[in-house]
Amino acid sequence: MAELHVELVAADRQVWSGEASLVVARTTSGDIGIMPGHQPLLAVLQPGPVTIRTAGETGQGTVVAAVHGGFVSYTDGKLSLLAEIAELSEEIDVERAERALERARSEADTPAERRADVRLRAVAASR
Amino acid sequence: MGSQLRIYKRRIKSVSATKKITRAMEMIAASRIIKAQRRVAAATPYADEITNAVTAVAYGSEVKHPLTTKIERPRRAAVLLITSDRGLAGGYSSNAIKAGEHLTGELVASGMQVDTYIVGRKGVAYYGFRERPITHSWTGFTDNPTYADAKDVAAPLIEAIRKDTDEGGIDELHIAYTEFVSMISQTPVERQLLPMEIVDSAEESAEVFKRDGAPRPLYDFEPSPEQVLDALLPGYVESRIYTALLQAAASKHAATRRAMKSATDNAEELIKSFTRLANAARQAEITQEITEIVGGASALADATAGSER
Repeated sequence: MAELHVELVAADRQVWSGEASLVVARTTSGDIGIMPGHQPLLAVLQPGPVTIRTAGETGQGTVVAAVHGGFVSYTDGKLSLLAEIAELSEEIDVERAERALERARSEADTPAERRADVRLRAVAASR
Repeated sequence: MGSQLRIYKRRIKSVSATKKITRAMEMIAASRIIKAQRRVAAATPYADEITNAVTAVAYGSEVKHPLTTKIERPRRAAVLLITSDRGLAGGYSSNAIKAGEHLTGELVASGMQVDTYIVGRKGVAYYGFRERPITHSWTGFTDNPTYADAKDVAAPLIEAIRKDTDEGGIDELHIAYTEFVSMISQTPVERQLLPMEIVDSAEESAEVFKRDGAPRPLYDFEPSPEQVLDALLPGYVESRIYTALLQAAASKHAATRRAMKSATDNAEELIKSFTRLANAARQAEITQEITEIVGGASALADATAGSER
């Protein structure tokens, strides 16, 4: 089967890279699933969890990352997910995100609330 | 101890204290270069990917957008000059300022109005002293810039690029900063950020063309090429500014290291020559004392010899 090489990069570091069989992400016009052989694509991402079904050398499994805006681009079996901020679900401190969510709600800080919410959804999706 | 000798001893002491300080600063700067270099390397994948994406849209669609469209008669340009907050870095800041001045001069010569945006206290001080207008300035993060800082810097620039030229917007965005080539070489550079330099991207795309042996892929843009470009624009500008800030920080640390190394060397040199002088002064003192004793003794001998007669 054709391989899909995924690079997940944040502004200040490379978050994850490896082989995958399917990547599901939410773009501004809806959820999109990309498998090997997809047509070249460049789309704007919504903040939300991105699910990567790993394959090949990295083994079968699922990697979920919280992506705060950004882009997805696919050409020739190479998929790049670009985001200013991106975190893998296992890097997320759930308690801290929950606290941040509560604080953001009480202070009506919408961007912070959305960030915390995205993190929690990513953790929930990885379970 | 003679007064001359005491003065030399005192100067040796003060110079070696200075030497200790400069040596410490040299070592701090050296460790910071490594850190800064690592951050430059970590930021590279994102910068590369976003440039690829922009190139893809620029070539895959025929959208008119400030990111890619060259304006025929640009009237106003913005220059972003990146200097440091602190001195003690040899010619680092003045070289960066010189590059900025050169760039501004060229733009003015081509008939453009230039807005100046400055990062770093040194550049702000230079423009402030000459009472030249600064459109916007930022200080306080040049040693260790974060992506949030780059966002702060980019925000007014992006706003200006989006505005009409008649309402105070800009047609072109240039940046002057110091590129980190290696530990011993940093060169001030002048780059055009917006609109994207087509020459560069044409070469890049030629490379891509050769490598793949196939024409550029026809992208599917989601939701639309315009919207993708709109979303890419801030990311692109921020990422380029972030890279420039990181490069400038690494260069600054390298310049500091070099300046502090030569200061330490100079201090060593000074200590050496003062030690020589102190030795000579001590020897002169001893010689003088001996001469005095010999002279006194022979005077005494002469006196006693005279009385015996």
